[in-house]
Amino acid sequence: MNLWTIAAKSVRQRALASGLTSLSVALGVMLMIVVLVANGMVERMFAQTATGYDLVVGPKGSQLELVLTSIYRIGVAGEPLPYRFYRELIEEEGNRISDAVPITMGDVTQEGAFPIIGTTPEYFALPYMHEADGSPRRFRIRTTSLDGQHSGEGLIRNPFDAAIGAVVARQNGWDVGTPLKLVHGGSDGHVHDETFTVTGVLAATGTPNDRTVFVHLDGFYMISGHEKPLSEAIAREEEFFGNISEASRQALDAETAGGHSHGPVPEAQKEVTAILVNIEGDIGEKVLAESRLMSRLNEGIQAQAVKPMVQIGRMMQTLVEPIRSLLIALTALIIAVSGIGIFVSIYNSMADRRKEIAIMRALGARRQTVLTVILAESTILCVVGGVVGFLMAHLLILVTSPVIAGYGLVIDPWTFAWGELVLVPVLIALASLVGFVPGMTAYRTDVARTLSD
Amino acid sequence: MSLVLENIRKSYREPDGRALPVLEIEHFELARGEQVALIGASGGGKTTLLNVIAGITSPDAGRVMIDDTDTSGMPEPVRDRFRAERIGFVYQTFNLLPAFTALENVLLGMSFSRGRSDRSRALELLDSVGLSHRLDHRPGQLSVGEQQRVAVARALANQPSLLLADEPTANVDTANQQTILDLLREACTTGQVALLLVTHANEVAEQFDRVEQLADFNAVRAVATTETAS
Repeated sequence: MNLWTIAAKSVRQRALASGLTSLSVALGVMLMIVVLVANGMVERMFAQTATGYDLVVGPKGSQLELVLTSIYRIGVAGEPLPYRFYRELIEEEGNRISDAVPITMGDVTQEGAFPIIGTTPEYFALPYMHEADGSPRRFRIRTTSLDGQHSGEGLIRNPFDAAIGAVVARQNGWDVGTPLKLVHGGSDGHVHDETFTVTGVLAATGTPNDRTVFVHLDGFYMISGHEKPLSEAIAREEEFFGNISEASRQALDAETAGGHSHGPVPEAQKEVTAILVNIEGDIGEKVLAESRLMSRLNEGIQAQAVKPMVQIGRMMQTLVEPIRSLLIALTALIIAVSGIGIFVSIYNSMADRRKEIAIMRALGARRQTVLTVILAESTILCVVGGVVGFLMAHLLILVTSPVIAGYGLVIDPWTFAWGELVLVPVLIALASLVGFVPGMTAYRTDVARTLSD
Repeated sequence: MSLVLENIRKSYREPDGRALPVLEIEHFELARGEQVALIGASGGGKTTLLNVIAGITSPDAGRVMIDDTDTSGMPEPVRDRFRAERIGFVYQTFNLLPAFTALENVLLGMSFSRGRSDRSRALELLDSVGLSHRLDHRPGQLSVGEQQRVAVARALANQPSLLLADEPTANVDTANQQTILDLLREACTTGQVALLLVTHANEVAEQFDRVEQLADFNAVRAVATTETAS
């Protein structure tokens, strides 16, 4: 019979007190792990997701808000940019833009209220983020799409095609072939008549893309009510650019003549919420081109270009980091309080157990042996509490991750925060610390006096 | 010789600081396999004597020789190990650990000696005291007679050369007293274990060939003191 068995027997003998003591440790550990995992996920979610695109171009306003709405789908987008702005941006000579993906948003799905993004197939051809080592992460298809493809490239080829994120598919039970309708994003909650069909389900990315439905930009504009009224659109164009394009003039003439086009929506009536931009060239060229584009756009009064990583970095530093530090400090305090609980529990039990200790000593146990038994007991209480806390934490994350995903934070419940490993030596150190004083009481037990008592 | 005591002196400190002598033994010895009943008045130092022999209490002076080894000069950890290996102890109040089953209590007795817990020997011992059907019972689930039989099995677990028994039948019902005594004596006879049994019961003492009055070889007269100092 080894010392661990003897300690475990003693712990089991006082099952209720031991259970409650371990539970207090478990709760502390659970909170600590939840904070660590959530923090890791928030960091990944915000910091890494921001690595997908070099710049986001959008209407003037809050720079952070532009990033949050266009990449994280948090909040409501501001006044959109005319489609002409997007076209001219990509046609511009010498701006070193390699990719410019327009997105438009505002509507949600009828089931689950997932955000709808109108975009071009190019969205799926580009990496949605980069790993810490710089390697790109690209979209993959979870199940074979209607046209049998496995990569994200080439999705939503037709106007009424839709691609859905993994969370949308899971929560709504949608798959390839499922028809879906859009609810207008305004206050009226009107359901659009047009029906889209799911042509691809994206594999989970751990980003807000998982809870997004993507439709073709052309299909998005073809939805009744999405196109801006022509006269209003042309007035906006004139205000924005100081002139109107030839295409707009022709559309205006056609409308004045009483004709009604059933073809594609005229450019003047189309708008984009934001443009996701990548710049080509080596690092030096990129930095130069980015700052040139940013300063050119930001000097004007209509649009702005922002670097997502800079915005998110600032937000993390000013908002997330202090909260994280506070939470970690609080949970460390909880674990310390649990440690005091273990100390009190074991110390109080020493009065009852002095005789047991004396018996063991009389049977030949050395002083160090009984000290070790007490330390083993506190270690068992701490480690059992730690393991239970670990399981409780991940169970809690598992249960709450779908709810949290609804708020835009996609959390993988099986994510392991490396900080959790620190808990192992911390718990053992805590056990040694709190077990030492009761252990010394056992060490100093007067065998003859205790047995005769 | 299994046990030799020479010039043992032991006194306790009274609350006012004065020394209270308990033991003054010039010479006492016990041969290998010999069985002795020790009788003495309450407060006469019987339990202190057993504790000194077992190395639980250090004498102020003198030598305790067990199997020709002087244990009184040993460092405490060595003496603890020696006690685990060579001395069995049976108490009036059994002193079983309540969290452990009968079998585990016997195994625990083996844990602190050099050898590993020998489960088959523990089973054999419990069988020999008639408790093979009570192996998984905790002390609280056993009768007092059964508890003392577990204590006897535990005391014999490490095949000691000396067994000390402090009023082993005092807390046991009349029906079980003789059984316990027979078990102890028979086990000691079989294993050639020296037995020093403290009792105040004449009917117990008179079954032994050698009966000693503590007062006959302890120069300290019985003192009126607490059990702690006895």
